[in-house]
Amino acid sequence: MKTACIILLIFTVKLAESKTILVGKSRTVKTIQKGIDLAKSGDTVLVDAGTYKERNILLQKSIVLKGVDFPVLDGENKYEIISVKTRNASIQGFRLQHSGRSEMRDIGAINIYDSYKVTAINNILDDTNFGVYIQNSKNCTIKNNFITAYGKNEVQSGNGINAWRCDSLLIIGNTIKGHRDGIYFEFVTESLVWGNISTKNIRYGIHFMFSHHDTYIGNVFEDNESGVAVMYTNHIQMYNNHFLNNWGAAAYGILLKDITDSDISGNHFTKNTVGIHMEGCSRINLHSNSFYDNGWAVKIQASCDNNDFRHNNFSNNTFDIGTNGSLVLNTFNGNYWDKYEGYDLNRDKTGDVAYHPVSMYSMIIDSNPAALMLFRSLIVSLLDKSEKVLPGVTPEELKDKIPLMKSLPL
Amino acid sequence: MKNILKYVIVDIVQNKIVLVYTFLLLLISLSVFNLESNSAKGLLSLLNIILIIVPLICIIFSTIYIYNSSEFIELLVSQPIKRKAIWLSIFWGLAASLSLAFFIGAGIPILLYHADATGFMMIAMGLFLTIVFVSIAMLAAGLTRDKAKGIGLSILLWLFFSLIFDAIVLFLLFQFQDYPLERIMVFLSFLNPIDLSRIQILLQMDISALMGYTGAVFREFFGNSLGISLSFAGLIIWILIPLIFSLKKFKAKDL
Amino acid sequence: MIIGKNITKKFGKFKALDNVSVKFDKGECIALLGPNGSGKTTLIKSILGMVVPDSGTIHFDEQDILHQWLYRNQIGYMPQIGRYPENMTIAQVMDMMKDIRTTGHVKFDEELVKSFGLDKILDKRMRTLSGGTTQKVSASLAFLFNPDVFILDEPTAGLDPLSSELLKQKIIKEKQKGKLVLITSHILSELDDLITEVFYMQEGQLLFHKKLTALKEETGESKLSKAIAKIMSGQPA
Repeated sequence: MKTACIILLIFTVKLAESKTILVGKSRTVKTIQKGIDLAKSGDTVLVDAGTYKERNILLQKSIVLKGVDFPVLDGENKYEIISVKTRNASIQGFRLQHSGRSEMRDIGAINIYDSYKVTAINNILDDTNFGVYIQNSKNCTIKNNFITAYGKNEVQSGNGINAWRCDSLLIIGNTIKGHRDGIYFEFVTESLVWGNISTKNIRYGIHFMFSHHDTYIGNVFEDNESGVAVMYTNHIQMYNNHFLNNWGAAAYGILLKDITDSDISGNHFTKNTVGIHMEGCSRINLHSNSFYDNGWAVKIQASCDNNDFRHNNFSNNTFDIGTNGSLVLNTFNGNYWDKYEGYDLNRDKTGDVAYHPVSMYSMIIDSNPAALMLFRSLIVSLLDKSEKVLPGVTPEELKDKIPLMKSLPL
Repeated sequence: MKNILKYVIVDIVQNKIVLVYTFLLLLISLSVFNLESNSAKGLLSLLNIILIIVPLICIIFSTIYIYNSSEFIELLVSQPIKRKAIWLSIFWGLAASLSLAFFIGAGIPILLYHADATGFMMIAMGLFLTIVFVSIAMLAAGLTRDKAKGIGLSILLWLFFSLIFDAIVLFLLFQFQDYPLERIMVFLSFLNPIDLSRIQILLQMDISALMGYTGAVFREFFGNSLGISLSFAGLIIWILIPLIFSLKKFKAKDL
Repeated sequence: MIIGKNITKKFGKFKALDNVSVKFDKGECIALLGPNGSGKTTLIKSILGMVVPDSGTIHFDEQDILHQWLYRNQIGYMPQIGRYPENMTIAQVMDMMKDIRTTGHVKFDEELVKSFGLDKILDKRMRTLSGGTTQKVSASLAFLFNPDVFILDEPTAGLDPLSSELLKQKIIKEKQKGKLVLITSHILSELDDLITEVFYMQEGQLLFHKKLTALKEETGESKLSKAIAKIMSGQPA
């Protein structure tokens, strides 16, 4: 009780110290920059609705910058709209639009440099080059922002949320659309990406490299030109994400390249050309994922080892597993495969004969792409059927020894 | 010609096999659409019916019909009618009634459950294959007087187009694995009406992205309107060539 | 009316017609005679365009018939074995033929249909008919369109005596109208009162083509069958 009283006392004192500066066309303080300049650490700058064209707003104080009814900050297609270099600052409730573009620098709407505990919450970013750009910062939170761009090609577009050399970021509940990459991480560690929706981006829904120990939960990556690609990273945890509708000649639900010691579970891979494409991956635990309606559910190159697929559902996929080469260093036991035609005489809910998830035709295509001409032809189905009976070309060891008879409730 | 066509169609429609064929197609189509969880998958199951069953029924039925109509043909040839008119009447009679059977049996269910570009392409290809294989049957029946030989020949032709041709293609693919074969594959697909139809239908489906996955040539060529037009032209040629050859044969035939 | 020059037709190695020339005139009733396989039917089929000769020409009313078809409007053909679509009824076959041969003809000659009593069984399907009834249908069809030329291949084979007589009377009637009638038959006795000329073939070749009267004079026989027998016996085997 005593402690609580002291805390309350300190809090009240602090509250008494901080003040609110009002900015607006009809106020004495007309510009946001002026408001920031007048503020002291711990103050709040409250901005009225209206359009503000202030070129570049510089935020270097520990204050809260807050918009009422989404005041518009217009970058006139020339300027970096807000630049932040501070600790404990927050930007809330603004509409930032038409940021500048540059070939030399990465210009965005909200740019956070060398900062600590900066938050950007409930902002609308529209027609921005980079949406939120974070560099050399720690413990920053980007939450519930709507970030939309109308990029036409990869070269001239920026990323929705771009982070470089950061640590302990929280990227939560943002909706990102139309950028080059929805979320881009490079050297970002110990961060959480949770409940974001990243759609219709020109390249990847999320793209990261060298970003170890990050966690991705409940995000939706849908309709991105090339799906999702992540590489050169270890200790990733991906839970309950949705990878949807990434159809296209070079689209993946998720492309894993040199990913090691990670955990990918409870995710949904639906309607992708390739659900998961794995290259040079080791010790990934893939369990309780659902693969539905993909071209290939999983393509796993022979360069992968010690990955374990367990308790996943594979249904309605054209090909379950694709691979090159015959060396098999990964395990595929205890999954449900809708193409399994075996039986369960001992009633232990697993099939009594092993299932070979690699079809002969998928091997043929892999070595001989022109064979696609024969896709869904009679000869191919006959070959596949005979290969199932007498495996000759497909890797004998790539099999599920205990395939489930019923699909898992995932 | 119109007069004869009328009698040919009446005769074929009276033939119960066409009715059974229609009913069977209808049964398969409806059950496929009702049993599959989504109509796109139903369409995919129907693809095999269109590519395999339709050509088989069309070529065999047509061949047998032509042989069984030899009396009718003989009767007509002694009458003041052009041989061309007789032969084309039989062709159009078979083509029209089998197309109608296909349209009722498969076309209407497709329109009911899946009336989009894929469905339309499927119906178009089904109709094309129907007519192409009637035309091939005319040629098979025109080549030999012996009914058993003729039916054997038409089964062989069906087997060739639905299986053997593709097997040869697969063989070539492995023989010349180290060469870029995709353009050649596009060319080869024109040599087989079933392949041509299959590729066109697949390119209209979601699944088409798979065809672009490893090589873009198929999509680029067959996916645009020029490719589609060329495919249609290819199928029309597949109708015309056997028909013209069989007509030549029939004009010089002794009855 | 029908002039054929040097008609040759081979079926494989077999020469069905070997350099045959013919001249059939209006108002005549000509019997095409000869043993089995002598080429009579092939000759008829050549005239009808059902068989295309390997060489030689056939003119009908001074027109080459090769790849022509309209001239067949003027021919009524009764085949040796009439074969019709099995599922059709007699009425349907008649209607169909009328439908097909619409050009020029308005008045149908249905005399035989009535005298054969076919008008009472019009609903019968062709496959249920006996051989004789089918022949009656063939005969009726040949006369139905009032053509200028009749080509009758074994017309009386399979007909009962009464029908046979009816047909003969009809042939005579048409001959008197100045039409050309070509008949093949094995029953020579039937032909006596019908024919005016004899066209005799053997092994694909024309042996002779003579007026009946001349033939009878030469042989001194009054019956056609005897006359033919006499000629044949005089032939080297």
